[in-house]
Amino acid sequence: MLRKSLLVLLMCLISAYAFAAKDKNEIQVKGSDTMVNLGQGWAEKYMEKNPNAFIAVTGGGSGTGLSSLISGTCDIAMSSRNIKEKEIALANKKGINPNEIKAGLDGLAVVVSPANPVSKLTVSQLGLIFSGKILNWKEVGGKDEKIVLLSREVNSGTHVYFKEHVLRKNDPNGKEEFAPGALLLSSSQAIADEVAGNSAAIGYYGMGYVSSKQKPLAIAKDEKSEYIEPTIDNVLNGKYPISRPLFLYTNGLPQGLVKKFVDFVLSKEGQDIVLATDFVPINR
Amino acid sequence: MRKIKEFIIEKLILLCGIASIFFVIMIFLFLLKEGLAVFKSVSPFKFILGKSWYPISEPAQLGILPLILGSLLVTLGAAIISIPIGVGCAIYIAEIAPLRLKEILKAGIELLAAIPSVVLGFIGMVTLVPMVKNVFHLPTGLTALSGSIMLAFMAMPTIVTIAEDALYSVPKNYKEGALALGATHWQAIWRVMLPAASSGILAAVMLGLGRVIGETMAVMMITGNAAVLPQSILVPVRTLTATIAAEMGEAVVGSEHYFALFAVGIVLFVISFAINVTADLFLHKKQ
Repeated sequence: MLRKSLLVLLMCLISAYAFAAKDKNEIQVKGSDTMVNLGQGWAEKYMEKNPNAFIAVTGGGSGTGLSSLISGTCDIAMSSRNIKEKEIALANKKGINPNEIKAGLDGLAVVVSPANPVSKLTVSQLGLIFSGKILNWKEVGGKDEKIVLLSREVNSGTHVYFKEHVLRKNDPNGKEEFAPGALLLSSSQAIADEVAGNSAAIGYYGMGYVSSKQKPLAIAKDEKSEYIEPTIDNVLNGKYPISRPLFLYTNGLPQGLVKKFVDFVLSKEGQDIVLATDFVPINR
Repeated sequence: MRKIKEFIIEKLILLCGIASIFFVIMIFLFLLKEGLAVFKSVSPFKFILGKSWYPISEPAQLGILPLILGSLLVTLGAAIISIPIGVGCAIYIAEIAPLRLKEILKAGIELLAAIPSVVLGFIGMVTLVPMVKNVFHLPTGLTALSGSIMLAFMAMPTIVTIAEDALYSVPKNYKEGALALGATHWQAIWRVMLPAASSGILAAVMLGLGRVIGETMAVMMITGNAAVLPQSILVPVRTLTATIAAEMGEAVVGSEHYFALFAVGIVLFVISFAINVTADLFLHKKQ
């Protein structure tokens, strides 16, 4: 009884919302925390040019954005990872048809404190460190100090991307997991703060968050390759080994305001904003 | 006319009374319905005693033993810190403090209860966490101990208020009798007042702990959230509450992960229910 009435209430709210969205020129963009500043930048510029439109951008994590797209509470989901098979199946069940749009690239910086003597690592060393097989900094040429692993929470696209591409090295059948002792922090900023104050910590996040209080490591694909710094040029020319696409997901092909906004994102102007927020544009 | 008015008011109040029970039952049924679904894919035994929590992997590993132990460890630590201080404070307020100081102390305790937990968590993150790291020479200060200290602050107002009430309601002639027999003030408190109020004090402790185990925001911010089986109180832990709060946004409605989080909710519900019932038993024993 209570659930039924709650359900009715919810449906009223959703349908009221759907109507409102149609004639009020309003869209909801939600998802990846990595992309929140970027989405905000796009929305501000777009609203400046089209004062009638209203675009609300919120974060919460890639998984959060995709699950709201699936449950119909947002129009565009920002995601820093590909949508999963499972999520597509669930979406189809609910009559939603996720459509993927690549909107930019991001280099994933692996950071340590500036007080840490280690300044370069290979991808496989990173994998061993984050899965808990290398426990001490001296094993990779640092001080005799226990490594403190910092990771994002599981709702983060960054977490999933790092696990699939660094820990499991793109092997879809890989079994590696983050070491259970890894600290799961709730935001990139929290990782940045902890790294700044802890000489034994190592963490990762989108390179837009790197400041002078953290030291980004140079990364090599394997022992024989050269070590590459995470810079925009190196991501663009494909040399930096841990970079990932940033996606927008819409329900079906974009239409109306959603289409106009997506077109703006992919235009030269939209891609300039990508560059201005320390990400890497795609159309060049 | 008056009779009808009485009748209507009585029924209205009855409705209010039933409503609260009704909501509790509905919530509990909903929790059971959503939570028990997880046991289609993982056995209850494996769920409770499993040692790894990787909810988004394929296949997902849903073992909540590290989370249960994390919650219990933080609560135990908070109990060790808050019980002596809380009960001591209650004794001082009820028995020793002069009237004016008593009023000031009580106001202070109420103020402590009014601080939102997220604020305490934030303060803990910037002050307590670096301190714990430096004092114990740890690799990181985001540990169970930091969580315990912060939560002790949250349990104290409850413990002090209820324990003070319990001491206050001990008949005055008990104490007068003890003093008349030649006991010192402290002997009267220790040998007469405390035993007489013991069931109320135990209830106070249990209710304080109930608050600690359900607390979410502050522990999420300062315990590090690493789902390991804790070896000591100086390592990061992940609690049941923080797990639900951190992962609920990601879980797609109807997925295994979603059901697992509801099942974590059931475990939490059972633990705090047990604590509240124990507290209730002690309170009734007193009467």
